[in-house]
Amino acid sequence: MAVSLRESVQLVSDPRNLDASVEEVFQLMLGVNCLRDSGPAIIEPESVTAVVGFGGLLSGACLFKSGSSAAMKIAAHMTGMEFEELDDTVKDAIGEICNMLAGAWKGKVPDLAANCGLSVPAVITGRDYNLHVQAPEFKLNHTYRFGEATFEVTIICDGLQ
Amino acid sequence: MREIRTLIVDDSSVMRKIVERSLRQAGLDPLVVYEAGSGTEGLDQLKAKQVDLILSDINMPSMDGLEFLRQIRAQNLAPGVPVVMITTESSEEHVKQAILAGAQGYIRKPFTAEQVKERVLPLVDAA
Repeated sequence: MAVSLRESVQLVSDPRNLDASVEEVFQLMLGVNCLRDSGPAIIEPESVTAVVGFGGLLSGACLFKSGSSAAMKIAAHMTGMEFEELDDTVKDAIGEICNMLAGAWKGKVPDLAANCGLSVPAVITGRDYNLHVQAPEFKLNHTYRFGEATFEVTIICDGLQ
Repeated sequence: MREIRTLIVDDSSVMRKIVERSLRQAGLDPLVVYEAGSGTEGLDQLKAKQVDLILSDINMPSMDGLEFLRQIRAQNLAPGVPVVMITTESSEEHVKQAILAGAQGYIRKPFTAEQVKERVLPLVDAA
């Protein structure tokens, strides 16, 4: 029988799955507690956004966005190094964080884990940019905090089969 | 004590360092690490060097980890050397594909050093 996620949209879009995925990735890979924050992420002049695409029964993307100081702090926790700029290592670290978040999130729903592939991460850095998606099937956008650092994680579902 | 020569294949240099750190924390010492950023680079490394252990990501550009694994077996590179896949892909189907392609172990990202120890040390001891 063909697998369909159409009947499972409530399960797939459950916001608790995203919160659990963020907590899991940050606890295991950075050793920090990271919880959902009620306010918006701290805005910095320079920011970094990582994107991992979903393909298969669910098409869309997982986006990670933070200011440069939060990105450098995350990379420092992952590598044990100190950073003063958004260099290639910081971008690599943020891409991997997004990759693990996407994998952990889809892993929460067995049919999604088995029937949805991930792209390799793409990382964008710069000032004053926005990403626009037209009329997604559903979208989750949460802000998280660890220490003084904040970041946003967004799940965009363009289509669900 | 003999050195454990390990090839780590991942397109992320940060992940390669994290995997290396986890191996050291797991007690693999002395450890000699060779790195490759893709399956293609990994094959080149195996043609030039002898290794005791291979850890590979799956989701990589140019040549993914499963094709890398198939090529290792097809070209008879590193015979008898255990291969452990380290990846964000964690469904039963992905694990099955990896095992069919010749992997002996599977670790899901994110992981802890303890998980690396549990999955990797028995393979190294048995090799």
